[in-house]
Amino acid sequence: MTTQCPQDESGASPDAATLIDMYRRATLIKQNDERTRKVVKSGRLIMPYYSPRGQEIIPSAISVHLTDADFICTIYRGIHDMLAKGLPLRDLWAELAGRVTGTCKGKGGPMHLTCPAKGIMVTTGIVGSSMPIANGLAWASHLEQDGLVTIAYFGDGASNIGAFHEALNLASVWKLPVVFVCQNNRYAEHTSYEKGTSAKQIVDRAPGYAMRGVRVDGNDPLAMYAAARQAIGHARAGEGPTLIEAMTFRFHGHLLGDMDGYMDKDEKAAAIAADPVPRFRAWLIEQGHVSDADLAVIEAEIEAALDDAVEFAINSPFPGLEELDRDVYAEEMA
Amino acid sequence: MGSETETLDRPGTSAKPVTLREGINRALGDAMADNGKVLVFGEDVADREEGGVLGVTMGLSGRFGDERVRSTPISEQAIIGAAIGVSLRGYRPVAEIMLMNFTTVAMDMIVNHAAKLRFMSGGQTHVPIVIRTMTGSGFANGGQHSDYLEGWFAHTAGMKVVCPSSPADAYGLMRSAIDDPDPVLFIENLLSYTLQGPLPEPGLRVPIGKGRIVQAGRDITIVTYARMVQESEKAAVALAAEGIAAEVIDLRSIQPWDRDLVLSSVRRTGRALVVHEAALPFGPAGEISSTIHEALFHSLKGPVGRMGGAFCAVPFSRPLEAAFAPHAETIAGKVRDMLASEG
Repeated sequence: MTTQCPQDESGASPDAATLIDMYRRATLIKQNDERTRKVVKSGRLIMPYYSPRGQEIIPSAISVHLTDADFICTIYRGIHDMLAKGLPLRDLWAELAGRVTGTCKGKGGPMHLTCPAKGIMVTTGIVGSSMPIANGLAWASHLEQDGLVTIAYFGDGASNIGAFHEALNLASVWKLPVVFVCQNNRYAEHTSYEKGTSAKQIVDRAPGYAMRGVRVDGNDPLAMYAAARQAIGHARAGEGPTLIEAMTFRFHGHLLGDMDGYMDKDEKAAAIAADPVPRFRAWLIEQGHVSDADLAVIEAEIEAALDDAVEFAINSPFPGLEELDRDVYAEEMA
Repeated sequence: MGSETETLDRPGTSAKPVTLREGINRALGDAMADNGKVLVFGEDVADREEGGVLGVTMGLSGRFGDERVRSTPISEQAIIGAAIGVSLRGYRPVAEIMLMNFTTVAMDMIVNHAAKLRFMSGGQTHVPIVIRTMTGSGFANGGQHSDYLEGWFAHTAGMKVVCPSSPADAYGLMRSAIDDPDPVLFIENLLSYTLQGPLPEPGLRVPIGKGRIVQAGRDITIVTYARMVQESEKAAVALAAEGIAAEVIDLRSIQPWDRDLVLSSVRRTGRALVVHEAALPFGPAGEISSTIHEALFHSLKGPVGRMGGAFCAVPFSRPLEAAFAPHAETIAGKVRDMLASEG
């Protein structure tokens, strides 16, 4: 596999353990997506589902640079971002099932997953709204000089909403330790990139905010790793924000169940043929970083963890109706 | 009668009167001195930018530094987003949205995020922010700088909404708003900034959700808040000369609002009039009036009255703007009509 690794200082390449860690996260996302679509289609679970299939490498290559103490804000198509950041499967699945054992007691659902213990602070169902809030998390790091970084995930469609422009400008003026990660999957809901976006590429907008901008093949683990390393390094060092445009492709329609007739069939077929997860797997073995058998063990462990999480979720109780009045305010108001 | 009741709920007041603007400024300064996590930011709020367009935050950046008191770009979504994010990390930001009409630009951040994160996260996160904003007719500001939109926010689960009418309440409510673990919209009235009054002892809190009887009376309860408190007090003076004793309640906050105080008053007077500057259709007076009707229908001497701003954009032309909001004479007139209609 060829990579387009940006020029970087030495140490920019991941070692074998890091590469396997990246693969573990990516295959977790892929296997979780496959399981989710299966369970939803079987009717055991009723929820809106925005598949991140095809975009696995981006958060996997970013998250190996982060600890639980670092923060992410993501969006409704963001389960991959959260799994890569360490969201426990049981907490995820029980939330998807609306059960009280879910990470939000079943009150948030798939679009509002939150797990502060893993730095997963806000998941928004509003396009673009991850960015202004990420700035605030990063502002606290700036005030405390704690070296923590905040990642704001969003899609190419979100680069056309006001929140993007306000947030990038403020982050640049205040030199906040935030990394804006645009996952350019070529479609804003049902509308193709060219139909909705004036800029030839999203990264062209970075200079307008006097911000570093990097365009990278988000499906290339080494390139994505290097770009993330550099941007996160700048943020931790107090050198301000970066806009990363990570090129990728969404394998499924906007929402599970839509017919995706608006997607170019050849483009989609080509993207699926170049599926980044099995490609990464083959490359790891070919380069001698890991054996097929070792990866099979990782994959089997994930399947078993998914079996456990699904059963845990479906066998958990729903929240009691008293939850309608709870968590509206700190104290229930009459 | 007035001097007796004016000191209700105002223990330990300072002798020297201050303006309402000064009350807010002192509350911010005291809160910042007490708690290093309190931040003040918004358009023009730092001293270099003259402490806001009306100087409410003047002196704070000089005292607490440019990191804790920070002027921002004109980016309301970015302002509230930053407030939410920094509050998720334990800070207590006081974000200024210069004018209430500009909250419309940040509505997504306020309504979809600040108000809902506690619930949607199952209580794992919460958003202890204060949003300061000013508004009100009478300043010749026209249709996009004058609206009272508090009903929108009071309608949003998770938001608290306060509207002080005096320097003491401005101080005490601001201190409570900064302490509060939930998002609080703090509405300041443009015409009231120069209003003078005593200031409480430093540190005094006025609890959010507790109203105040401004003036006691037996014949009718006037329920109001913000600048309409002053107009209602004047109306009560005029009515007193005619032998009508109006009780005036300043709600001080409308989400939550002091149902107990209002209902106990109306139980005594048997009559109620709700007055605010916001337009009437679907506004706070509808909610308050309906609550009174539901609780006290059989003991009311007549239907609850409502008064609000005209149902139009706030007009510019002086006579139109003067007629836009209720004022002492129209309030007194409405009370007379209500009493007369009982036959």
